[in-house]
Amino acid sequence: MKGIKTIMEEDQLKLTLKRLAHELIEKHYPFTDTCIIGIQPRGIPVSDFISQYIKEVHPEVEVNYGKLDITFYRDDFRGEIRIPNITELPFSIENKKIVLIDDVLYTGRTIRSAMDALLDHGRAKKVELCILVDRKFSRELPIQPDYVGKSIDSIVTQKVKVMWGDEKKVILYDSI
Amino acid sequence: MHLSSKHLLGIRELLPGDINLILETARQFKDVLQRPIKKVPSLRDVTIVNLFYENSTRTRISFELAEKRLSADTINFSANGSSVSKGETLLDTVNNILSMKVDMVVMRHGATGAPHFLAKHIPSAIINAGDGINEHPTQALLDALSITERLGDLKGKKVAIIGDIMHSRVALSNIYLLTKMGAEVTLAGPPTLIPKYIRESFNLNVTYNVKEALEWCDVANVLRIQLERQNQVLFSSLREYNQAYGITKRLLQSLSKEVVIMHPGPINRGVELDSDVADSGQSIILDQVENGVAVRMAVLYLLSGRKDG
Repeated sequence: MKGIKTIMEEDQLKLTLKRLAHELIEKHYPFTDTCIIGIQPRGIPVSDFISQYIKEVHPEVEVNYGKLDITFYRDDFRGEIRIPNITELPFSIENKKIVLIDDVLYTGRTIRSAMDALLDHGRAKKVELCILVDRKFSRELPIQPDYVGKSIDSIVTQKVKVMWGDEKKVILYDSI
Repeated sequence: MHLSSKHLLGIRELLPGDINLILETARQFKDVLQRPIKKVPSLRDVTIVNLFYENSTRTRISFELAEKRLSADTINFSANGSSVSKGETLLDTVNNILSMKVDMVVMRHGATGAPHFLAKHIPSAIINAGDGINEHPTQALLDALSITERLGDLKGKKVAIIGDIMHSRVALSNIYLLTKMGAEVTLAGPPTLIPKYIRESFNLNVTYNVKEALEWCDVANVLRIQLERQNQVLFSSLREYNQAYGITKRLLQSLSKEVVIMHPGPINRGVELDSDVADSGQSIILDQVENGVAVRMAVLYLLSGRKDG
Protein backbone atom coordinates (compact mmCIF):
# COMPACT_ATOMS: atom_id res chain seq x y z
CA MET A 1 0.00 0.00 0.00
CA LYS A 2 1.34 3.38 -1.02
CA GLY A 3 0.66 6.89 0.26
CA ILE A 4 -0.91 5.69 3.49
CA LYS A 5 -2.50 8.45 5.54
CA THR A 6 -4.16 7.77 8.87
CA ILE A 7 -7.52 9.52 9.06
CA MET A 8 -8.49 8.33 12.51
CA GLU A 9 -6.41 6.85 15.30
CA GLU A 10 -7.94 4.33 17.68
CA ASP A 11 -8.89 6.91 20.31
CA GLN A 12 -10.65 9.12 17.84
CA LEU A 13 -12.32 6.17 16.11
CA LYS A 14 -13.86 5.04 19.39
CA LEU A 15 -14.88 8.56 20.29
CA THR A 16 -16.56 9.00 16.91
CA LEU A 17 -18.40 5.67 17.16
CA LYS A 18 -19.65 6.64 20.62
CA ARG A 19 -20.79 10.01 19.31
CA LEU A 20 -22.73 8.27 16.52
CA ALA A 21 -24.34 6.01 19.13
CA HIS A 22 -25.34 9.04 21.18
CA GLU A 23 -26.85 10.68 18.12
CA LEU A 24 -28.95 7.56 17.59
CA ILE A 25 -29.94 7.56 21.25
CA GLU A 26 -30.92 11.23 21.05
CA LYS A 27 -33.19 10.59 18.12
CA HIS A 28 -34.46 7.06 18.75
CA TYR A 29 -34.54 6.40 22.50
CA PRO A 30 -36.06 4.05 23.75
CA PHE A 31 -35.68 2.14 20.44
CA THR A 32 -39.11 0.52 20.58
CA ASP A 33 -39.91 1.25 16.93
CA THR A 34 -36.31 1.34 15.72
CA CYS A 35 -34.12 -1.38 14.28
CA ILE A 36 -30.37 -1.04 13.81
CA ILE A 37 -29.12 -2.99 10.82
CA GLY A 38 -25.47 -3.42 9.83
CA ILE A 39 -24.58 -4.04 6.19
CA GLN A 40 -22.50 -7.19 5.54
CA PRO A 41 -19.60 -7.56 5.68
CA ARG A 42 -17.79 -4.35 6.55
CA GLY A 43 -20.60 -2.48 8.25
CA ILE A 44 -20.84 -5.18 10.92
CA PRO A 45 -17.94 -4.13 13.17
CA VAL A 46 -19.36 -0.58 13.17
CA SER A 47 -22.91 -1.70 13.94
CA ASP A 48 -21.63 -4.21 16.53
CA PHE A 49 -19.79 -1.44 18.35
CA ILE A 50 -22.69 1.01 18.21
CA SER A 51 -25.41 -1.45 19.31
CA GLN A 52 -23.14 -2.76 22.07
CA TYR A 53 -22.41 0.75 23.28
CA ILE A 54 -26.10 1.71 23.32
CA LYS A 55 -26.75 -1.33 25.52
CA GLU A 56 -23.94 -0.27 27.86
CA VAL A 57 -25.24 3.25 28.23
CA HIS A 58 -28.87 2.22 28.41
CA PRO A 59 -29.04 -1.32 29.75
CA GLU A 60 -32.80 -0.90 30.22
CA VAL A 61 -33.58 -0.78 26.49
CA GLU A 62 -33.84 -3.70 24.12
CA VAL A 63 -32.22 -2.77 20.80
CA ASN A 64 -33.47 -4.60 17.70
CA TYR A 65 -30.21 -5.37 15.99
CA GLY A 66 -29.81 -7.20 12.66
CA LYS A 67 -27.39 -7.88 9.85
CA LEU A 68 -28.19 -7.54 6.18
CA ASP A 69 -26.39 -9.22 3.29
CA ILE A 70 -26.73 -7.51 -0.07
CA THR A 71 -24.73 -9.85 -2.33
CA PHE A 72 -27.73 -10.91 -4.41
CA TYR A 73 -28.78 -7.30 -4.95
CA ARG A 74 -25.52 -5.82 -6.21
CA ASP A 75 -25.38 -4.26 -9.66
CA ASP A 76 -21.67 -4.99 -10.14
CA PHE A 77 -21.48 -8.70 -9.36
CA ARG A 78 -21.29 -10.09 -12.87
CA GLY A 79 -17.56 -9.47 -13.03
CA GLU A 80 -16.79 -11.20 -9.78
CA ILE A 81 -19.09 -13.65 -8.04
CA ARG A 82 -19.19 -12.81 -4.36
CA ILE A 83 -19.97 -15.27 -1.66
CA PRO A 84 -22.96 -14.23 0.41
CA ASN A 85 -22.79 -13.60 4.15
CA ILE A 86 -25.53 -14.28 6.63
CA THR A 87 -28.63 -12.13 6.74
CA GLU A 88 -29.95 -12.07 10.28
CA LEU A 89 -33.10 -10.07 10.89
CA PRO A 90 -34.74 -11.66 13.95
CA PHE A 91 -37.65 -9.20 13.86
CA SER A 92 -40.16 -7.79 11.41
CA ILE A 93 -39.20 -4.48 9.85
CA GLU A 94 -42.80 -3.76 8.92
CA ASN A 95 -43.61 -0.18 9.94
CA LYS A 96 -40.31 0.19 11.85
CA LYS A 97 -37.73 2.94 11.65
CA ILE A 98 -34.54 1.47 10.26
CA VAL A 99 -31.02 2.76 10.75
CA LEU A 100 -28.69 1.22 8.16
CA ILE A 101 -25.04 1.22 9.21
CA ASP A 102 -21.97 0.88 6.99
CA ASP A 103 -18.31 1.80 7.33
CA VAL A 104 -17.63 3.89 4.21
CA LEU A 105 -20.03 5.75 1.92
CA TYR A 106 -18.54 6.24 -1.52
CA THR A 107 -20.58 5.88 -4.74
CA GLY A 108 -23.83 5.07 -2.92
CA ARG A 109 -24.33 1.85 -4.89
CA THR A 110 -23.97 -0.40 -1.87
CA ILE A 111 -26.66 1.57 -0.07
CA ARG A 112 -28.92 1.37 -3.12
CA SER A 113 -28.53 -2.43 -3.04
CA ALA A 114 -29.09 -2.45 0.71
CA MET A 115 -32.36 -0.57 0.36
CA ASP A 116 -33.57 -3.04 -2.26
CA ALA A 117 -32.58 -5.95 -0.02
CA LEU A 118 -34.18 -4.36 3.02
CA LEU A 119 -37.49 -3.60 1.32
CA ASP A 120 -37.78 -7.25 0.28
CA HIS A 121 -38.18 -7.98 3.99
CA GLY A 122 -41.13 -5.65 4.39
CA ARG A 123 -42.23 -2.05 4.27
CA ALA A 124 -40.23 0.01 6.71
CA LYS A 125 -41.72 3.23 8.01
CA LYS A 126 -38.48 5.13 7.51
CA VAL A 127 -34.91 4.29 6.54
CA GLU A 128 -31.95 6.30 7.79
CA LEU A 129 -28.28 5.93 7.01
CA CYS A 130 -25.41 6.04 9.50
CA ILE A 131 -21.89 6.08 8.08
CA LEU A 132 -18.49 6.07 9.75
CA VAL A 133 -16.56 7.67 6.88
CA ASP A 134 -18.25 9.74 4.19
CA ARG A 135 -16.19 10.29 1.02
CA LYS A 136 -17.61 13.59 -0.16
CA PHE A 137 -18.17 14.54 -3.81
CA SER A 138 -17.94 10.96 -5.08
CA ARG A 139 -21.58 9.89 -5.21
CA GLU A 140 -22.97 8.23 -8.33
CA LEU A 141 -26.50 8.06 -6.91
CA PRO A 142 -28.58 10.59 -4.98
CA ILE A 143 -27.94 9.10 -1.53
CA GLN A 144 -26.88 11.07 1.54
CA PRO A 145 -26.20 9.92 5.10
CA ASP A 146 -28.21 11.06 8.14
CA TYR A 147 -25.40 10.41 10.63
CA VAL A 148 -21.76 10.91 9.66
CA GLY A 149 -18.68 9.94 11.67
CA LYS A 150 -16.22 11.86 9.58
CA SER A 151 -16.34 13.50 6.16
CA ILE A 152 -13.23 13.35 4.05
CA ASP A 153 -12.03 14.60 0.68
CA SER A 154 -10.53 11.88 -1.50
CA ILE A 155 -9.89 11.14 -5.14
CA VAL A 156 -10.95 8.16 -7.25
CA THR A 157 -7.62 6.36 -7.08
CA GLN A 158 -7.61 6.41 -3.28
CA LYS A 159 -9.24 3.88 -1.00
CA VAL A 160 -10.47 4.07 2.58
CA LYS A 161 -10.04 1.14 4.90
CA VAL A 162 -11.28 0.73 8.44
CA MET A 163 -9.00 -1.63 10.35
CA TRP A 164 -10.42 -3.60 13.29
CA GLY A 165 -7.40 -5.73 14.15
CA ASP A 166 -5.11 -5.22 17.14
CA GLU A 167 -4.49 -1.73 15.91
CA LYS A 168 -7.83 -0.07 15.22
CA LYS A 169 -7.70 2.88 12.85
CA VAL A 170 -9.00 4.34 9.59
CA ILE A 171 -6.54 4.81 6.74
CA LEU A 172 -6.59 6.40 3.31
CA TYR A 173 -4.21 4.98 0.68
CA ASP A 174 -3.46 5.00 -3.05
CA SER A 175 -4.89 1.97 -4.81
CA ILE A 176 -2.56 2.21 -7.82
CA MET B 1 -14.39 -17.00 -5.34
CA HIS B 2 -15.36 -19.17 -8.28
CA LEU B 3 -16.24 -22.75 -8.93
CA SER B 4 -13.29 -24.51 -10.54
CA SER B 5 -15.46 -25.42 -13.52
CA LYS B 6 -17.45 -23.33 -15.96
CA HIS B 7 -20.13 -26.02 -16.20
CA LEU B 8 -21.78 -28.42 -13.81
CA LEU B 9 -21.51 -31.64 -15.77
CA GLY B 10 -21.10 -33.97 -12.84
CA ILE B 11 -19.88 -34.24 -9.27
CA ARG B 12 -16.93 -36.12 -10.73
CA GLU B 13 -15.50 -32.83 -12.10
CA LEU B 14 -15.89 -30.91 -8.82
CA LEU B 15 -13.37 -30.36 -6.04
CA PRO B 16 -14.38 -30.66 -2.37
CA GLY B 17 -14.01 -26.87 -2.15
CA ASP B 18 -16.57 -26.43 -4.95
CA ILE B 19 -19.03 -28.67 -3.14
CA ASN B 20 -18.64 -26.71 0.10
CA LEU B 21 -19.05 -23.44 -1.80
CA ILE B 22 -22.29 -24.62 -3.42
CA LEU B 23 -23.71 -25.91 -0.12
CA GLU B 24 -22.77 -22.72 1.73
CA THR B 25 -24.36 -20.54 -0.95
CA ALA B 26 -27.43 -22.78 -0.99
CA ARG B 27 -27.91 -22.21 2.76
CA GLN B 28 -28.07 -18.46 2.12
CA PHE B 29 -30.59 -18.98 -0.66
CA LYS B 30 -32.63 -21.20 1.62
CA ASP B 31 -32.82 -18.22 3.93
CA VAL B 32 -34.05 -16.07 1.03
CA LEU B 33 -36.79 -18.64 0.37
CA GLN B 34 -38.16 -18.19 3.92
CA ARG B 35 -38.80 -14.48 3.38
CA PRO B 36 -42.08 -12.87 2.42
CA ILE B 37 -40.52 -11.85 -0.92
CA LYS B 38 -38.77 -15.00 -2.09
CA LYS B 39 -37.01 -13.42 -4.99
CA VAL B 40 -33.66 -11.70 -5.56
CA PRO B 41 -32.61 -9.74 -8.64
CA SER B 42 -29.22 -11.48 -9.09
CA LEU B 43 -29.81 -13.02 -12.51
CA ARG B 44 -32.14 -10.47 -14.06
CA ASP B 45 -29.80 -10.07 -17.05
CA VAL B 46 -29.51 -13.81 -17.68
CA THR B 47 -31.61 -16.01 -19.94
CA ILE B 48 -31.73 -19.74 -19.28
CA VAL B 49 -33.11 -22.55 -21.42
CA ASN B 50 -34.39 -25.72 -19.76
CA LEU B 51 -33.73 -28.43 -22.28
CA PHE B 52 -35.55 -31.60 -21.28
CA TYR B 53 -35.18 -34.57 -23.59
CA GLU B 54 -36.53 -36.84 -20.87
CA ASN B 55 -39.57 -36.63 -18.62
CA SER B 56 -39.22 -34.93 -15.28
CA THR B 57 -41.47 -33.35 -12.68
CA ARG B 58 -39.42 -32.45 -9.63
CA THR B 59 -36.18 -31.50 -11.31
CA ARG B 60 -37.82 -29.43 -13.96
CA ILE B 61 -40.14 -27.54 -11.64
CA SER B 62 -37.32 -27.10 -9.17
CA PHE B 63 -34.96 -25.64 -11.78
CA GLU B 64 -37.68 -23.43 -13.18
CA LEU B 65 -38.58 -22.13 -9.75
CA ALA B 66 -34.91 -21.55 -8.89
CA GLU B 67 -34.50 -19.53 -12.09
CA LYS B 68 -37.58 -17.46 -11.37
CA ARG B 69 -36.51 -16.81 -7.78
CA LEU B 70 -33.26 -15.43 -9.20
CA SER B 71 -35.16 -13.21 -11.65
CA ALA B 72 -33.72 -14.93 -14.73
CA ASP B 73 -35.70 -15.21 -17.96
CA THR B 74 -36.50 -18.80 -18.82
CA ILE B 75 -37.47 -20.82 -21.85
CA ASN B 76 -38.75 -24.36 -21.54
CA PHE B 77 -38.05 -26.93 -24.15
CA SER B 78 -39.19 -30.52 -24.15
CA ALA B 79 -38.34 -32.98 -26.86
CA ASN B 80 -41.96 -34.08 -27.20
CA GLY B 81 -43.70 -31.85 -29.67
CA SER B 82 -40.52 -30.12 -30.87
CA SER B 83 -38.45 -30.32 -34.04
CA VAL B 84 -36.52 -33.18 -32.47
CA SER B 85 -39.28 -35.43 -33.78
CA LYS B 86 -38.50 -34.10 -37.27
CA GLY B 87 -34.95 -35.32 -36.91
CA GLU B 88 -33.05 -32.23 -35.80
CA THR B 89 -29.76 -33.06 -34.09
CA LEU B 90 -29.00 -32.09 -30.51
CA LEU B 91 -26.28 -29.65 -31.54
CA ASP B 92 -28.48 -27.99 -34.16
CA THR B 93 -31.32 -27.59 -31.69
CA VAL B 94 -29.05 -26.03 -29.09
CA ASN B 95 -27.25 -23.75 -31.53
CA ASN B 96 -30.58 -22.48 -32.79
CA ILE B 97 -31.70 -21.72 -29.27
CA LEU B 98 -28.39 -20.07 -28.38
CA SER B 99 -28.52 -17.82 -31.43
CA MET B 100 -31.51 -16.22 -29.73
CA LYS B 101 -29.09 -15.00 -27.05
CA VAL B 102 -29.46 -17.56 -24.30
CA ASP B 103 -26.80 -17.54 -21.60
CA MET B 104 -27.16 -20.84 -19.78
CA VAL B 105 -28.42 -24.30 -20.58
CA VAL B 106 -30.00 -26.69 -18.10
CA MET B 107 -30.16 -30.07 -19.70
CA ARG B 108 -31.59 -33.52 -19.14
CA HIS B 109 -30.92 -36.19 -21.70
CA GLY B 110 -31.38 -39.92 -21.94
CA ALA B 111 -27.93 -40.42 -23.42
CA THR B 112 -24.98 -40.63 -21.08
CA GLY B 113 -22.47 -37.86 -21.83
CA ALA B 114 -24.85 -35.62 -23.81
CA PRO B 115 -24.05 -32.51 -21.72
CA HIS B 116 -20.33 -33.26 -21.91
CA PHE B 117 -20.59 -33.39 -25.68
CA LEU B 118 -22.46 -30.11 -25.74
CA ALA B 119 -19.92 -28.44 -23.45
CA LYS B 120 -17.24 -29.06 -26.07
CA HIS B 121 -19.24 -27.34 -28.79
CA ILE B 122 -21.03 -24.38 -27.29
CA PRO B 123 -19.79 -21.39 -25.26
CA SER B 124 -22.65 -21.22 -22.71
CA ALA B 125 -22.55 -22.65 -19.22
CA ILE B 126 -24.22 -26.06 -19.05
CA ILE B 127 -25.87 -27.61 -16.03
CA ASN B 128 -26.51 -31.31 -16.16
CA ALA B 129 -29.99 -32.15 -14.87
CA GLY B 130 -29.42 -35.86 -15.43
CA ASP B 131 -27.77 -37.70 -18.30
CA GLY B 132 -28.66 -41.33 -18.96
CA ILE B 133 -27.28 -43.60 -16.26
CA ASN B 134 -24.31 -41.32 -15.58
CA GLU B 135 -24.85 -38.38 -13.21
CA HIS B 136 -27.48 -36.13 -11.66
CA PRO B 137 -25.25 -33.67 -9.83
CA THR B 138 -27.84 -31.27 -8.37
CA GLN B 139 -29.65 -34.22 -6.80
CA ALA B 140 -26.48 -35.31 -5.01
CA LEU B 141 -25.90 -31.74 -3.86
CA LEU B 142 -29.39 -31.40 -2.45
CA ASP B 143 -29.05 -34.80 -0.79
CA ALA B 144 -25.82 -33.58 0.80
CA LEU B 145 -27.49 -30.37 2.00
CA SER B 146 -30.35 -32.39 3.49
CA ILE B 147 -27.94 -34.74 5.30
CA THR B 148 -25.91 -31.86 6.74
CA GLU B 149 -29.08 -30.21 8.01
CA ARG B 150 -30.01 -33.32 9.96
CA LEU B 151 -26.61 -34.63 10.99
CA GLY B 152 -23.98 -31.90 10.53
CA ASP B 153 -20.73 -32.30 8.61
CA LEU B 154 -20.60 -35.10 6.01
CA LYS B 155 -17.19 -36.31 7.10
CA GLY B 156 -17.37 -39.74 8.74
CA LYS B 157 -21.14 -40.10 8.22
CA LYS B 158 -22.34 -43.52 7.16
CA VAL B 159 -24.63 -43.54 4.15
CA ALA B 160 -26.27 -46.63 2.68
CA ILE B 161 -27.43 -46.37 -0.91
CA ILE B 162 -30.10 -48.99 -1.40
CA GLY B 163 -31.71 -50.38 -4.53
CA ASP B 164 -31.15 -50.00 -8.23
CA ILE B 165 -27.54 -48.79 -8.24
CA MET B 166 -26.92 -49.87 -11.81
CA HIS B 167 -29.46 -47.65 -13.54
CA SER B 168 -29.28 -44.78 -11.11
CA ARG B 169 -27.52 -41.53 -11.94
CA VAL B 170 -28.51 -40.36 -8.46
CA ALA B 171 -26.44 -43.20 -7.02
CA LEU B 172 -23.34 -42.39 -9.03
CA SER B 173 -23.45 -38.66 -8.25
CA ASN B 174 -24.03 -39.44 -4.59
CA ILE B 175 -21.11 -41.87 -4.53
CA TYR B 176 -18.78 -39.27 -6.06
CA LEU B 177 -19.94 -36.59 -3.67
CA LEU B 178 -19.94 -38.62 -0.47
CA THR B 179 -16.53 -40.17 -1.09
CA LYS B 180 -15.06 -36.76 -1.96
CA MET B 181 -16.42 -35.29 1.26
CA GLY B 182 -15.13 -38.10 3.44
CA ALA B 183 -18.38 -39.93 4.18
CA GLU B 184 -18.53 -43.74 4.22
CA VAL B 185 -20.73 -45.43 1.65
CA THR B 186 -22.28 -48.89 1.55
CA LEU B 187 -24.24 -50.16 -1.43
CA ALA B 188 -27.11 -52.53 -0.78
CA GLY B 189 -29.62 -54.29 -3.00
CA PRO B 190 -29.98 -57.29 -5.25
CA PRO B 191 -26.66 -58.50 -6.71
CA THR B 192 -28.01 -58.03 -10.23
CA LEU B 193 -28.44 -54.29 -9.65
CA ILE B 194 -25.03 -53.57 -8.08
CA PRO B 195 -22.46 -53.51 -10.86
CA LYS B 196 -18.99 -54.77 -10.11
CA TYR B 197 -17.31 -51.79 -11.80
CA ILE B 198 -18.86 -49.26 -9.44
CA ARG B 199 -18.05 -51.32 -6.37
CA GLU B 200 -14.46 -51.84 -7.44
CA SER B 201 -13.59 -48.42 -8.82
CA PHE B 202 -14.73 -46.68 -5.63
CA ASN B 203 -13.72 -49.49 -3.30
CA LEU B 204 -17.09 -49.47 -1.53
CA ASN B 205 -18.68 -51.86 0.94
CA VAL B 206 -21.44 -53.94 -0.55
CA THR B 207 -24.09 -56.01 1.14
CA TYR B 208 -27.02 -57.91 -0.30
CA ASN B 209 -28.78 -57.77 3.04
CA VAL B 210 -30.73 -54.55 3.47
CA LYS B 211 -31.15 -55.01 7.22
CA GLU B 212 -27.40 -55.24 7.64
CA ALA B 213 -26.96 -51.98 5.70
CA LEU B 214 -29.60 -50.27 7.81
CA GLU B 215 -28.00 -51.43 11.07
CA TRP B 216 -24.72 -49.90 9.90
CA CYS B 217 -25.80 -46.56 8.48
CA ASP B 218 -26.85 -43.11 9.73
CA VAL B 219 -28.69 -42.32 6.52
CA ALA B 220 -30.36 -44.61 4.00
CA ASN B 221 -30.81 -43.21 0.51
CA VAL B 222 -33.41 -45.46 -1.06
CA LEU B 223 -33.44 -45.43 -4.85
CA ARG B 224 -36.31 -45.85 -7.22
CA ILE B 225 -36.56 -49.08 -9.16
CA GLN B 226 -36.24 -47.71 -12.67
CA LEU B 227 -38.64 -49.90 -14.56
CA GLU B 228 -38.31 -47.80 -17.71
CA ARG B 229 -34.60 -48.48 -17.98
CA GLN B 230 -34.77 -52.23 -17.57
CA ASN B 231 -34.82 -54.27 -20.70
CA GLN B 232 -33.97 -57.52 -19.00
CA VAL B 233 -35.31 -59.22 -15.94
CA LEU B 234 -32.99 -58.44 -13.03
CA PHE B 235 -35.31 -59.50 -10.24
CA SER B 236 -38.29 -61.77 -10.37
CA SER B 237 -41.17 -59.48 -9.41
CA LEU B 238 -41.92 -56.18 -7.71
CA ARG B 239 -43.61 -58.05 -4.88
CA GLU B 240 -40.57 -60.17 -4.32
CA TYR B 241 -38.32 -57.11 -4.49
CA ASN B 242 -40.42 -55.49 -1.77
CA GLN B 243 -40.21 -58.62 0.38
CA ALA B 244 -36.43 -58.86 0.14
CA TYR B 245 -35.20 -55.29 -0.28
CA GLY B 246 -38.10 -52.93 0.42
CA ILE B 247 -37.93 -50.63 3.43
CA THR B 248 -40.87 -51.41 5.69
CA LYS B 249 -41.88 -49.99 9.03
CA ARG B 250 -41.39 -53.38 10.66
CA LEU B 251 -37.84 -53.54 9.34
CA LEU B 252 -37.01 -50.07 10.71
CA GLN B 253 -38.58 -50.92 14.09
CA SER B 254 -36.38 -53.98 14.39
CA LEU B 255 -33.22 -51.81 14.27
CA SER B 256 -31.35 -50.65 17.33
CA LYS B 257 -31.33 -47.00 16.20
CA GLU B 258 -33.24 -44.49 14.12
CA VAL B 259 -32.06 -44.14 10.54
CA VAL B 260 -32.76 -41.08 8.38
CA ILE B 261 -34.61 -42.11 5.20
CA MET B 262 -34.10 -40.30 1.88
CA HIS B 263 -35.52 -40.94 -1.58
CA PRO B 264 -34.91 -38.91 -4.75
CA GLY B 265 -38.49 -39.43 -5.98
CA PRO B 266 -40.71 -40.40 -7.62
CA ILE B 267 -41.44 -43.14 -5.08
CA ASN B 268 -42.80 -46.49 -6.13
CA ARG B 269 -44.84 -46.85 -2.97
CA GLY B 270 -44.94 -50.42 -1.75
CA VAL B 271 -41.95 -51.43 -3.86
CA GLU B 272 -38.69 -49.91 -2.59
CA LEU B 273 -40.36 -47.89 0.15
CA ASP B 274 -43.57 -48.48 2.07
CA SER B 275 -46.01 -45.62 2.51
CA ASP B 276 -45.86 -45.54 6.29
CA VAL B 277 -42.06 -45.13 6.12
CA ALA B 278 -42.13 -42.50 3.37
CA ASP B 279 -44.58 -40.39 5.35
CA SER B 280 -42.95 -40.89 8.78
CA GLY B 281 -40.84 -38.47 10.82
CA GLN B 282 -37.70 -40.40 9.91
CA SER B 283 -38.15 -39.51 6.27
CA ILE B 284 -36.66 -36.24 4.98
CA ILE B 285 -37.98 -36.71 1.45
CA LEU B 286 -39.89 -33.44 1.36
CA ASP B 287 -36.93 -31.56 2.89
CA GLN B 288 -34.92 -32.85 -0.05
CA VAL B 289 -37.41 -31.36 -2.47
CA GLU B 290 -37.37 -28.04 -0.62
CA ASN B 291 -33.57 -27.98 -0.59
CA GLY B 292 -33.53 -28.70 -4.31
CA VAL B 293 -34.63 -25.18 -5.16
CA ALA B 294 -31.96 -23.57 -2.92
CA VAL B 295 -29.21 -25.82 -4.29
CA ARG B 296 -30.17 -25.10 -7.89
CA MET B 297 -30.28 -21.37 -7.16
CA ALA B 298 -26.76 -21.65 -5.77
CA VAL B 299 -25.46 -23.51 -8.81
CA LEU B 300 -27.07 -21.11 -11.28
CA TYR B 301 -25.81 -18.11 -9.32
CA LEU B 302 -22.25 -19.39 -9.04
CA LEU B 303 -22.06 -20.30 -12.74
CA SER B 304 -23.73 -17.14 -14.02
CA GLY B 305 -20.73 -14.89 -13.55
CA ARG B 306 -18.64 -16.43 -16.26
CA LYS B 307 -20.66 -15.25 -19.18
CA ASP B 308 -17.75 -14.59 -21.49
CA GLY B 309 -15.35 -17.16 -20.02
